[in-house]
Amino acid sequence: MHLAVALDGTGWHPASWREPVARPREVFTAGYWADLVAEAERGLLDFVTIEDGLGPQSSHFLDPDERTDQVRGRLDAVLVAARIAPLTRHIGIVPTVVATHTEPFHISKAIATLDYVSSGRAGLRVQITARPNEAAHFGRRTIPRIEAYDSPDTQEAVTELFDEAADYVEVVRRLWDSWEDDAEIRDVATGRFIDRDKLHYIDFEGRHFSVKGPSITPRPPQGQPIVTVLAHDTVPYRLVARQADIGYVTPHDTDQARAIVAEIRAEQRAAGRADEPLHVFGDLVVFLDDDPAEAVARRERLDALAGEPYTSDAPIFTGTPNQLADLLQELAAAGLTGFRLRPGVVGHDLPAITRGLVPELQRRDAFRRAYEAETLRGLLGLPRPANRYAAVATATV
Amino acid sequence: MSKPLKQIHLAAHFPGVNNTTVWSDPEAGSHIEFSSFAHFARTAERAKFDFLFLAEGLRLREQGGRIYDLDVVGRPDTFTVLAALAAVTEHLGLTGTINSTFNEPYEVARQFASLDHLSGGRAAWNVVTSWDAFTGENFRRGGFLPQEERYSRAKEFLATANELFDSWDGGEIVADQETGVFLRDAKAGAFVHTGQHFDIEGRFNVPRSPQGRPVVFQAGDSDEGREFAAAGADAIFSRYASPDAGRAFYTDVKNRLAKYGRREDQLLILPAASFILGDTDEEAEELAHDVRRQQVSGATALKHLEFVWNRDLSSYDPDGPLPDIDPDISDTHISKGRAQVRMYRDPLATAREWRELAAARNWSIRDLVIETGNRQNFIGSPETVARTVNDYVQSDAADGFILVPHITPTGLDPFADKVVPLLQERGVFRTDYAGTTLRDHLGLEALS
Ligand SMILES: Cc1cc2nc3c(=O)[nH]c(=O)nc-3n(C[C@H](O)[C@H](O)[C@H](O)COP(=O)(O)O)c2cc1C
Repeated sequence: MHLAVALDGTGWHPASWREPVARPREVFTAGYWADLVAEAERGLLDFVTIEDGLGPQSSHFLDPDERTDQVRGRLDAVLVAARIAPLTRHIGIVPTVVATHTEPFHISKAIATLDYVSSGRAGLRVQITARPNEAAHFGRRTIPRIEAYDSPDTQEAVTELFDEAADYVEVVRRLWDSWEDDAEIRDVATGRFIDRDKLHYIDFEGRHFSVKGPSITPRPPQGQPIVTVLAHDTVPYRLVARQADIGYVTPHDTDQARAIVAEIRAEQRAAGRADEPLHVFGDLVVFLDDDPAEAVARRERLDALAGEPYTSDAPIFTGTPNQLADLLQELAAAGLTGFRLRPGVVGHDLPAITRGLVPELQRRDAFRRAYEAETLRGLLGLPRPANRYAAVATATV
Repeated sequence: MSKPLKQIHLAAHFPGVNNTTVWSDPEAGSHIEFSSFAHFARTAERAKFDFLFLAEGLRLREQGGRIYDLDVVGRPDTFTVLAALAAVTEHLGLTGTINSTFNEPYEVARQFASLDHLSGGRAAWNVVTSWDAFTGENFRRGGFLPQEERYSRAKEFLATANELFDSWDGGEIVADQETGVFLRDAKAGAFVHTGQHFDIEGRFNVPRSPQGRPVVFQAGDSDEGREFAAAGADAIFSRYASPDAGRAFYTDVKNRLAKYGRREDQLLILPAASFILGDTDEEAEELAHDVRRQQVSGATALKHLEFVWNRDLSSYDPDGPLPDIDPDISDTHISKGRAQVRMYRDPLATAREWRELAAARNWSIRDLVIETGNRQNFIGSPETVARTVNDYVQSDAADGFILVPHITPTGLDPFADKVVPLLQERGVFRTDYAGTTLRDHLGLEALS
């Protein structure tokens, strides 16, 4: 079983910052993030993800709010990831990247560089944004307001954003391959630093943008860092199936888990990727205590502080690490290959994962006892991919 | 002689993608592995340098329609590598060259504010203004910017970024766990900007960083570029390291400050400078000669001549005479992605001049490129180099230098170990960091 944690501020519960273990004044410092990732690495977790967004957090799905009682503001996730990478040795580091308003050329070299500074432990979580206020931060396009979720207009707008994200990831991936691994030759005899025949224009032409290439950054250590996507519905499942190494899904029971996995596998076959490894991880928010009543009481206390019961797109688990281990094993039997846990209160629930859940899973022989690989790909059991351009070159010889 | 001694500013430029860098030297390491950057940064910090500097290029250079393969090619993403370097250094400033044409203010402001937070106040931004369609082919909007508009976008870009940096004043985060007040002001980060290039509004989502804003550098050389620097930069990265050209540039730019209501000490002039050290001056001269020949191979010499001739010269003998045909002065350039191309505004005159010079001195193509090309700025024993660096600064040819070693990543070590102590003995360079932020190191006032 693979395990990741999703880091976001002081935790996923909006009142998490009120807990004594929270360090709300430190969320804008490097030391805070270094401590969290060190804890995750002590627990031998596969990777951490770092949330991000191109606007302030909000209690509304689509609009900003004017609340002053919750954590607002965050640092650029790629920079946070880079800042902690040299301080860790084994754990994967996966920042969130918004495809909707940014440049695939910039992101491709940023994640390639994260792979260099972490010696092969980089990935990204690609996200779209349909928020009109975030579009206004860039002023390059307007995003129509989503009024009713299942209206045909909304479906079309969302499909378009995901199609654009698919192109975006395609460009990012081609740029990673735009240098063959052995392009740098330092051939003193001919005076050539590189063999330019091993550098490739990617010549991407799509509906939303075109990109020439090659990258300015050589192919990263993993060849292709890990691409991950959170998905709740058919349209995003299709993005997972077409472009991701890991999809995060949010089933509320094992039947739903089985159905979602089946749908993603079918999309994967339709995309012609049936033979490629693709992880499907379950996302869960977790409140963990040794006594289940304590976990419930803690969540209720936080809800009271927040003024409303906590809800999430993902299932919310409240209970003991042992009970969570049971649930994860059940879900794994339904076809999920790993889990991304979102700590309700990071200062409390992250150590509960690393010091409670992990030892329990180890006792059940369901989780690693030591890091067995040097790269994130290695930890996830994914091979280092061949370079698409090198393959073409040899095929045409 | 009552003028107090100026304190020298020193910075380290991680060698980039041009023929200053001698990749064929047995000592030359990787230009891309993080260990190289970490070594370089630690050396600079050990020597108490002000900052580390990274240049930028967003498209690989081409010559004759093919990727240029003789120089070092390949570099990391600026923000990402600087953030990682913040983890292995404590004091060193971190200066990134980030272009104002192929980026958007909200994103760049977030990145610099984040870098400033994550480094405890050590971020700086060298604002450059590439505009060409060649580079634009890598970006969503393509090469959309006419040359005349590059500084108008740069100016508005910087102004907009400053509005975003200033949208938090620093006191908003209360984070009172008892009362449940996280933000003092529900509108923290609110901004509206309406202008020619940007029409944006909303909420900036990074709280005020330790320096408030990153330190701002400028590197363009045109009249417009100099005005841009005089109006709003904290420092200029210039190409004039020699005493006469340096003083002329220094005077010109510092004289422009008054009309913006600024003092001369609010804009530092820091030229790029290369150096060669030897145990003796003679030894350094010999070494410099060897390094120049490594920097300019026969093939490199021909390619450099092509910048001016704008023709394929590969059939010429680099050890033979200059071509007697004239440069092609059509608009299509054989060389793409090179600043040098714009340097030779009258290629026919340059070609004539070079031919005469080469004939008079009996120089081959390669000799000419070596002799007219970028020579090392400081050559000599550590004593000689320390004295010269100090003379240049005290005579207002510069406020300090951004040093570009010719070997990666160890090329800075001899300067750190041998020249810096001599500057410290003279009392013109710090023996330890006095402050924590880059603004402190540069002697710039903190923002209110
Ligand atoms: C010393 C120096 C270093 C420069 N470094 C870069 C660089 O790393 N990346 C870049 O895109 N432009 C760089 N430039 C280009 C300038 O920022 C500017 O775009 C160019 O000089 C054209 O502007 P100008 O006409 O004002 O000179 C540099 C210029 C100078 C003088």
